[in-house]
Amino acid sequence: MATKILTEHINVPGIETFDVYRKQGGYTAVEKAIKTMTPEAIVEEVKKAGVRGRGGAGFPMGMKWSFLAKPEGVPRYLVCNADESEPGTFKDHYLMKNLPHLLIEGMIISSFALGANKSFIYVRGELMYVIHILEKAIAEATAKGFLGKNILGSGYDLELIVQPGGGAYICGEETALLESLEGKRGNPRNKPPFPAVKGLYQSPTVVNNVESIATTAWIVNNGGDAYAAVGIGRSTGTKLISASGHINKPGVYEIELGVPVEDFIYADEWCGGIRPGHKFKALVAGGSSVPILPAHLALTLANGEKRLMSYESLSDGGFATGTMLGSGGFILFDETSCIVRNTWNFSRFYHHESCGQCSPCREGTGWMEKVLHRIEHGHGHQQDIDLLVDVAKKIEGNTICPLGDAAAWPVASAIRHFRDEFQWHIDHPTEATQPGAVYRGEMALV
Amino acid sequence: MEDVKPQLLKVTIDGIEVEVEPGTTILQAARKIGPAVAPPAMCYYQPLKGSGGKCRACLVRVAAGSAKDPRPMPKLVASCLTAVQDGMIVENETSPQVIDARNGIVEFLLLNHPLDCPVCDQAGECDLQNFAFDHGKATTRYEEDRRTFEKKDIGPYIQLHMTRCILCYRCVYTADQITEKRVHGVMNRGDASEISTYIEKAIDNDFSGNVIDVCPVGALTDKTYRFKNRVWFTKPVDAHRNCPTCSGNVTLWYRGDEVIRVTARKNEWSEITEFICNTCRFETKKTSDWTIEGPTKISRSSVISANKYRADTIKPSFGQRLAAADYKQIHDERDTSQLSIQQLPAERFAKVLPSAMEPEP
Repeated sequence: MATKILTEHINVPGIETFDVYRKQGGYTAVEKAIKTMTPEAIVEEVKKAGVRGRGGAGFPMGMKWSFLAKPEGVPRYLVCNADESEPGTFKDHYLMKNLPHLLIEGMIISSFALGANKSFIYVRGELMYVIHILEKAIAEATAKGFLGKNILGSGYDLELIVQPGGGAYICGEETALLESLEGKRGNPRNKPPFPAVKGLYQSPTVVNNVESIATTAWIVNNGGDAYAAVGIGRSTGTKLISASGHINKPGVYEIELGVPVEDFIYADEWCGGIRPGHKFKALVAGGSSVPILPAHLALTLANGEKRLMSYESLSDGGFATGTMLGSGGFILFDETSCIVRNTWNFSRFYHHESCGQCSPCREGTGWMEKVLHRIEHGHGHQQDIDLLVDVAKKIEGNTICPLGDAAAWPVASAIRHFRDEFQWHIDHPTEATQPGAVYRGEMALV
Repeated sequence: MEDVKPQLLKVTIDGIEVEVEPGTTILQAARKIGPAVAPPAMCYYQPLKGSGGKCRACLVRVAAGSAKDPRPMPKLVASCLTAVQDGMIVENETSPQVIDARNGIVEFLLLNHPLDCPVCDQAGECDLQNFAFDHGKATTRYEEDRRTFEKKDIGPYIQLHMTRCILCYRCVYTADQITEKRVHGVMNRGDASEISTYIEKAIDNDFSGNVIDVCPVGALTDKTYRFKNRVWFTKPVDAHRNCPTCSGNVTLWYRGDEVIRVTARKNEWSEITEFICNTCRFETKKTSDWTIEGPTKISRSSVISANKYRADTIKPSFGQRLAAADYKQIHDERDTSQLSIQQLPAERFAKVLPSAMEPEP
């Protein structure tokens, strides 16, 4: 049985209530942290654990914490980024809905470690019922003395606030989230200064993903070294993967990092294989913003080794043959999927969600979407494929925030790996627009 | 007590070294050297706090971060926001990557910007026009429908021509920082964003006219001047008056004996030096209202100065040099004698090109 760090007790009935959660060993980490550990010791454990940010970027959490500026007389803030809205990613939603107390426990420990007396959970506005669950859980924890003034008689105060977001994808970007939290339009800020120096209300702030914060309870209880022992190489611990697409068992799975991609797809414990009678065509491994991979590259590295579910293995070979683990939005496509239509769909999303602040993203995302729309609907020109590659290249790396890259990568990678299919759409405009029309030419299906 | 002078930082931009104070941005350092290496800026505006970083026109490559840490920065950086460090080496026009990125930015900015320069009041003093001239291509690859808007009157003096707007946010910052009661901002998201006033309200305060001057394109136009004249037919003259509201230092734009427009004075980077009030700008348009100081200094390369104060014509700028470098003779294998067309002798090109390739003094 694989190690479960976050979802061990998820199937216990009533785990969303304080009493059941407490009976399963909940809040012991808070007691241990506040009563027996110093904030520095907690940061040290998290550093030892080597847990990397689970929101997508994969930046080591302990290192992020140690960057936090600590000026005198200025409050520090911890903000939990629960604005999960990447297409194909739904693990934070699942975690908050089922285990609200796990997140709150993590928030208390993390806030204590960072010296924050006011912390925020910024939840996507559409998830109103999750907000109610969290608020109920916070009220329970406050009544039991784990939140509020003088937690467990230690003299440490913490106010935890749940803030519904406006429902914009860009508000998941950490600086746009802070702008939104301050009540402004959710436009990303220019960096530097980074939030660790000037974040919320111009004060030092740490922004972490739900899943990252939720791991701290286990780390405090079991130690950083125990966490680092799980996983593979620099990808330590477990990761929640939201699996969807043409697989037999879609859902959220907690895996130890380092599981082979092939096992994850075909094992009964996880996805349970491709739906019967179909073949594996393409994979988006970490949410819609990461480059798409054709089946053969998704399962093996360029050198023939098995590809693993880890930060390093998935990004092996750069974008030529690799992708990213990202937020763990695992979407699998079988041979009935049209890559052009799918890319257009992703592009439509990024066009709609671009904040419009900087010119490459504002104009470029719309341009790519319109060209893809044309190709998909049988009005593509031969030069359009190279045009898309060039526009994606002009956006990538030239924008204020990573949304420009997120919009460019799916398009660039789809053309890199499935150029034939785009070509087929251009060569067969009437055929390609028929319902269910998919290019089945020379393609390595697995 | 002796003043402790801050230690100066050395920065090299396109091979030219300059010493600047700590906290200076790359753009400011480049401007200190001069127009030859100063990156273009569409949204950055020195007098306005918080401006910059949006248009991405001023992207540069940092080839070495500092003397201590000489690693290059992984991505191109916005020079208007990046502070210099001692020993930094910056590549502006010497980096093909930067030129490529800027070509892209011009293309993006022009996607939805109409090329109505022949009827636009800003023609001749338009930042985007200059930027496109230096870095753009003659054709576009965009064939989709363009974004269009109705013209809007915002206040008695200003017309908003949203179709031309490139969303640099300068007017928003101006209204926010130099006038009271901010009533306009950016609405909507992505390429549907637009500058708009708060529910059909007008911008009515004494300094509202300055939003016209800060607009880099012709999106905000002066209703008292619209369609009166082309800027290169006018004659700018510095003048001042005793104004109770503002400094009263302005530029008068003459056509013959008539003052057809009044604007604030701008510096070399077409940034306002002192913001002026609406009375000076819109209501005092007689020579008798003003004390004339003399002709306005206009950059030699500006279209405004063409054939006006000097006999010499415009020097070929970077754009022309780039075009000359790109020039390829059309390979035509046909026998021209059969076509009775005389091919241009090669010496003619040799005469044109070397002079165009000469660096600017």
